[in-house]
Amino acid sequence: MTFEQFIFYLLGAMAVISGLMVITVKNPVKAALWLVLAFISTAGVWIMAQAEFLGLVLILVYVGAVMVLFLFVVMMLDINLAQMKEGFTKYLPFGAIAAIATFAMMYMVLGPAHFGLEVTGNPVQHPADYSNTKAIGVPLYTTHAYAFVLAAVLLLVGIVAAIALTLRRRAPKEVLYQDINKQNKTSVKDRLTLVKMDAVVEKPVASKGEESK
Amino acid sequence: MIALSDYLIFGAILFTISMAGIFLNRKNIIILLMSIELLLLAVNTNLVAFSHYLNDVTGQIFVFFILTVAAAEAAIGLAIIVLVFRNRKSINVDDLGSLKG
Repeated sequence: MTFEQFIFYLLGAMAVISGLMVITVKNPVKAALWLVLAFISTAGVWIMAQAEFLGLVLILVYVGAVMVLFLFVVMMLDINLAQMKEGFTKYLPFGAIAAIATFAMMYMVLGPAHFGLEVTGNPVQHPADYSNTKAIGVPLYTTHAYAFVLAAVLLLVGIVAAIALTLRRRAPKEVLYQDINKQNKTSVKDRLTLVKMDAVVEKPVASKGEESK
Repeated sequence: MIALSDYLIFGAILFTISMAGIFLNRKNIIILLMSIELLLLAVNTNLVAFSHYLNDVTGQIFVFFILTVAAAEAAIGLAIIVLVFRNRKSINVDDLGSLKG
């Protein structure tokens, strides 16, 4: 076994074990943390497949943003842990059989008989000064520019949808709101009253020395 | 040298694990969402591996777009979970049958 294969199997075993932990642990916070480990080790596998940019993007975007979002939501909710694991053992045989059957079918298609090194040949090894980011970036901004803009629109839709779903009006005694309509309708005479009155001249206070005269 | 079948089998194992996760954690909608994320990761691994072996960068661009869609999906899914919890004080999947579908 070469060093490269050793690293690959190590990362793969880490990802598989943490994937198994994600679906079996009781506490959703721990599941989210195991999922972080699964993402990081899969990012390592992607970097081994010379997809350096995507491996780093997986760590930055997924571990840095999506998983933090997951952790925030999990910690905000008050989850009944005992209720959540109900039926786990009931579904376990069924799930295990379905998983093993699916994997067996996949192995028949994806196994070394069809996609081994003898069949595919060795992949192209890029030199050290090869830039994967540039190789992705040039077609992304030229051939796939339309899809790129659509992805940006999709993210905008995601922002708007997430904010619109979770935004709520609370009772006026809980929190104060700005009423733009009311603010625009106000005029000067509602707020400010001018009162006419005579000027009052105060008599100068006599000092002690003048009083004695 | 790592064969293409190694990458593909790694992706298949992750895929079946997350599929089993969807079967097993039918009560917990958060674990369901996490399983779907893992499922997409497995599929992306296949695309990256084929892109490497065919020496064609289009597969990696596809992964880029899948990551975008998955991030938007996770954000909206979590927003819906927060909304469900606010209205029903529970995220048990069995309590969500009020539409009687």
